[in-house]
Amino acid sequence: MTARRRWELTLVALFALLATVAVIAASCGGDEGGIGGRVEIDGSSTVAPLTTLAAEEFQIVHPSARITVGISGTGGGFERFCAGETDFSDASRPIKDEEVELCADHGVEFIEFAVATDALTVVVNPDNDWVDCLTVEQLGTIWAPESESTIENWADVDPSFPDEALTLAGPGTDSGTFDYFTDVVNGDEGASRADYTASEDDNVIVQAVQGATGGAGYFGFSYFVQNPDALKAVSVDGGSGCVAPSIETALSGDYAPLARPLFVYANVESFNEEVVREFMRFYLESAPEIAEVALFVPLSQVQQADALSTFETAVSSVTPPPAAATS
Amino acid sequence: MTSTSALGSRRALTQDRVINWLFLSFLALSLLVGFLLLGALLVDVFRKGVGELSWSFLTNPPSSLPSRAGARPAILGTIYMMILLVVLTVPLGVGTAIYLEEYANKNRWYNRWLEINIQNLAGVPSIVYGILGLAFLVRGLGLGRVLLAGALILTLLVLPTVIVAAREALRAVPDSIRQGAFALGASQWQVVSRQVLPAAIPGIATGAILALARAIGETAPLLMVGALAFIAFNPTILGDFTALPIQIFQWISRPQEEFRHKAAAAIIVLLALLLVMNAFAVWIRNRYERRW
Repeated sequence: MTARRRWELTLVALFALLATVAVIAASCGGDEGGIGGRVEIDGSSTVAPLTTLAAEEFQIVHPSARITVGISGTGGGFERFCAGETDFSDASRPIKDEEVELCADHGVEFIEFAVATDALTVVVNPDNDWVDCLTVEQLGTIWAPESESTIENWADVDPSFPDEALTLAGPGTDSGTFDYFTDVVNGDEGASRADYTASEDDNVIVQAVQGATGGAGYFGFSYFVQNPDALKAVSVDGGSGCVAPSIETALSGDYAPLARPLFVYANVESFNEEVVREFMRFYLESAPEIAEVALFVPLSQVQQADALSTFETAVSSVTPPPAAATS
Repeated sequence: MTSTSALGSRRALTQDRVINWLFLSFLALSLLVGFLLLGALLVDVFRKGVGELSWSFLTNPPSSLPSRAGARPAILGTIYMMILLVVLTVPLGVGTAIYLEEYANKNRWYNRWLEINIQNLAGVPSIVYGILGLAFLVRGLGLGRVLLAGALILTLLVLPTVIVAAREALRAVPDSIRQGAFALGASQWQVVSRQVLPAAIPGIATGAILALARAIGETAPLLMVGALAFIAFNPTILGDFTALPIQIFQWISRPQEEFRHKAAAAIIVLLALLLVMNAFAVWIRNRYERRW
């Protein structure tokens, strides 16, 4: 009987503890200070690490700001952005015409900001000793919609390659990475063979390429940086020789055509709110450092200066310049 | 004659013994499969995650940098969700079960229709509830992507299970109890509230908490209502939120190896929360158990 009593008391205590933790955490978490207000962001999972880092750093300086960074994918993000639900939309490709129309229908006026550059990286299995460099045409041969069930062997890509089965992995159709790669390599956005392992989770692509000697795939640069021994990055020949993907080659523009800008789209009307304005300013000012920490290719100084001047122009057009900002 | 029949019965006996042995080993094997899987999962998760568990892991907000990432908003989101779920599902589920078991006339078509529908709802995939919630709660009612919307969707998801469990518990109360109470002049309400319901509490609690434990681990429906987000502040009932399963999902898909360890640590926290809930169910069952 006493044993049971003790057992009961323990449980009651456990629950009381749980409730107290919740209450304490809720109350002490109500940090005050700095600029307050909500910023709603959604969009690309590729850009999210950048925006998240910016949001984090901003909230350290301004603890009462509440920034939400959703990860619905570039397309899903624009859907919400154009409905006026979000202040910013992360995008790993430029906005599409139909999305521009959607925004116009809802009266959402937007500005595009480049925040970093990504080097789309083509990877093969580390045991692959026959490929060091591929031309864009060869990539096209591998990934074209017509290649489905005809190009199934490395020897089909180039007769000098060995007779090894081609096992492909890459991002799924919702991804901005997929849109960009297919546009550049196959000449048409969304045109791709469908018989490959498609995943929005880049770790799955890493594993798929690792698992087959004839494996090949593509994804953002940061995934390669994190898995340099597991995979072998292939240099890409865009017409002026083979260039290996790296921060330097992407920054200099040599890694063409697979270096792509990453964007944040801003709802111009949201700049009326101080917290949104200050967050964007902070994001652009610290963009190069953020990109470096998040393993992306930073903006060049010229690109950053351009983005900041676009931002200041937009801000001055929505807010009357004097008084308000200093109060 | 007699000797052959004795031999026959002996043969039957060994046959019985073999069958018995085969059956027992089959049972042991079934048990082993479950235990091995659970064991493998636990060992893997603990090996990766225990090193990450610390006070700062529990109290820090998530971060892009593994070194300072924590799970506070997700843990709080899950605790709030648990509390809201109990408040929402238990009264609704038990109420429905009492109506169907104690009041409803089973010969009426609408009562039979209700029963069939509830049973069907229990089989609807969780993502469908997510889509329903997105269409009707988040957009239709304009509730937005808030914690309450997530809790309401999970309520819908587990309600059928809670109703079925509560009905089983009510049905297990012997009819003699009801009849005895009626014989003493108790009204229907008095019979239900003072005799039947208290007697059914252990069963109801067990069923409800197992259902809630399942809901707490759900990811798919919450993805639909926007829980997949980076949130560095504490969630509120009518604000943006995230939850532990979503945080785990998010960390696992990050390139850095450290985040996978964070995910393992978050799994341990989620398991601990589930364990607390199950312990609570066991306690209620022991506390209210009665035998006839």
